[in-house]
Amino acid sequence: MLELRAVTAGYDRRAPVVRDAHLTVTPGEAVGLLGPSGCGKSTLARVAALLHRPDAGEVVLDGTPVRGFRHRAPREQRTAIGVVFQQPRLAADPRLRLADLIAEPLRATGRRASAAERVRELADTVGLTPDLLGRRPHEVSDGQLQRACLARALSLEPRWLVCDEMTAMLDASTTAALVRVVEDYRASTGAGLLSVGHDRTLLNRWCDRTLPWEAVTAG
Amino acid sequence: MTPAPLLAVRDLSVRFLLPGGRRVDAVSDASFDVAPGECLALVGESGCGKSVLASALLGLLPANARTAGHAHLGDLDLLTADERTLARTVRGRRVGLVPQSPAAHLTPVRTIRSHIEETVARLTGVRGRAARRKAAEQASLRAEFPLDHLDRHPHELSGGLAQRAVTALALIGGAPLLLADEPTTGLDRDLVDRTVDELRRHVDDGHALLMITHDLAAAERIADRVAVMYAGRIVELTDAAAFFGSPGPRHPYSRGLLEALPERSFTPVPGLPPELGSLPDGCAFAPRCDRATDACGALPPFADSVACHHPVTAPADASHATRTPEDTRA
Ligand code: SF4
Repeated sequence: MLELRAVTAGYDRRAPVVRDAHLTVTPGEAVGLLGPSGCGKSTLARVAALLHRPDAGEVVLDGTPVRGFRHRAPREQRTAIGVVFQQPRLAADPRLRLADLIAEPLRATGRRASAAERVRELADTVGLTPDLLGRRPHEVSDGQLQRACLARALSLEPRWLVCDEMTAMLDASTTAALVRVVEDYRASTGAGLLSVGHDRTLLNRWCDRTLPWEAVTAG
Repeated sequence: MTPAPLLAVRDLSVRFLLPGGRRVDAVSDASFDVAPGECLALVGESGCGKSVLASALLGLLPANARTAGHAHLGDLDLLTADERTLARTVRGRRVGLVPQSPAAHLTPVRTIRSHIEETVARLTGVRGRAARRKAAEQASLRAEFPLDHLDRHPHELSGGLAQRAVTALALIGGAPLLLADEPTTGLDRDLVDRTVDELRRHVDDGHALLMITHDLAAAERIADRVAVMYAGRIVELTDAAAFFGSPGPRHPYSRGLLEALPERSFTPVPGLPPELGSLPDGCAFAPRCDRATDACGALPPFADSVACHHPVTAPADASHATRTPEDTRA
């Protein structure tokens, strides 16, 4: 299970953007979190992805409370979660070719030898053609770059996926394609999903249950 | 009847020349009109050429771009006008730009009032501090920007108010043509609705609006007509009600794009769009199209609202089994 218990978080302790949030995703489940922009849901997504330390409350991952966040998160907890953000251009190092971008987590966890093979596999999964793998972010479209970011998120076969407005910048067809990639991955691995967004129609179609922001937090 | 067009674009092409003799065909042979009191939505996925087309109309293409065709705004051809003319008489005065990202368009250290007053001073004959202040407030009200927020800085505004601020700026010069480039990107659905409803109000006031967007729901809400772009070409241009309602899109790509919506079948169009640097001679959609035949090896001419050898003819016709006139002739 991925559990957020009484999480309060933000960037200024006197004015937290998330107050007392409770949320549970069970294995294999897809949970949508629906809220307007600026409500703090992206911050909560970052907490769930272990990228932001909450001021209070805790994250419990498969029964183990998370003690460290960001680079202090234990590797086996960090690698259990894959994360995709709204803006691929902010999430991708502009100097890296797409192949290296996808391979980053593999290399960082000592899987250098098998990386090339795995990158080809992942590229195929997300629908990137081999010629695109040699390009840098400015040489591909937002949709292509987001496909690469999703491939990177799947590279270590996470048990949990956190998608923060993954498709907000994308056209309808690319949106449907990326959601399908996530769902195929979940069907074959049993991974759970937390998808944060503002599009009710999309989340209702995508997720097993969709929670409004007010149902999750105290404000 | 529709009034005479304000903007008439004919066979507009934009190519980028790259080092090594490479060439990117970003826009090919685009033709369309926009009339006062009308909104034309130009839709397509990122990289399809729609933003390049907008830049061409504003004279904002990089130096390695070559254009062909015409884009008549009244008696002026936007494609051949020199930079001085564009800067002094066109941008802001005859074409108002509603930009994609208000945050990037506004200067962070200046208040909204200062932005609006500066634009009033630059684009209108209003002189004197008091008169300028008054004109700025009137401009704000036209875009429903609340006066008690005028002294705020861009980062102190919500996404919706920032959008209204840039819309106010776009309206100041009294430009009859508005060009909105992805005005709803990143906004919540409620805010998207509000933003497009506000833009629609300016259309109903007599502005002509060309809205470039990848958001089909926003296009459906605002547009009178829809142009679908794929791989640099307009592949379908039709009445919005017919496109979103019945009989629906006729081009296989348009149909696929609409069907990909989560409120419809949520099925992606298979494959990826082609590279604009190496387009095939025939229909660029052929590798992804389930209606393709040998005929599609030749470029389909734009005829009767669609550029396709085998357009969908009736709402029930979702298979290749139904014969199109082209099939019958072949
Ligand atoms: S011309 Fe042929 S390949 Fe192109 S969209 Fe029409 S049917 Fe499909």
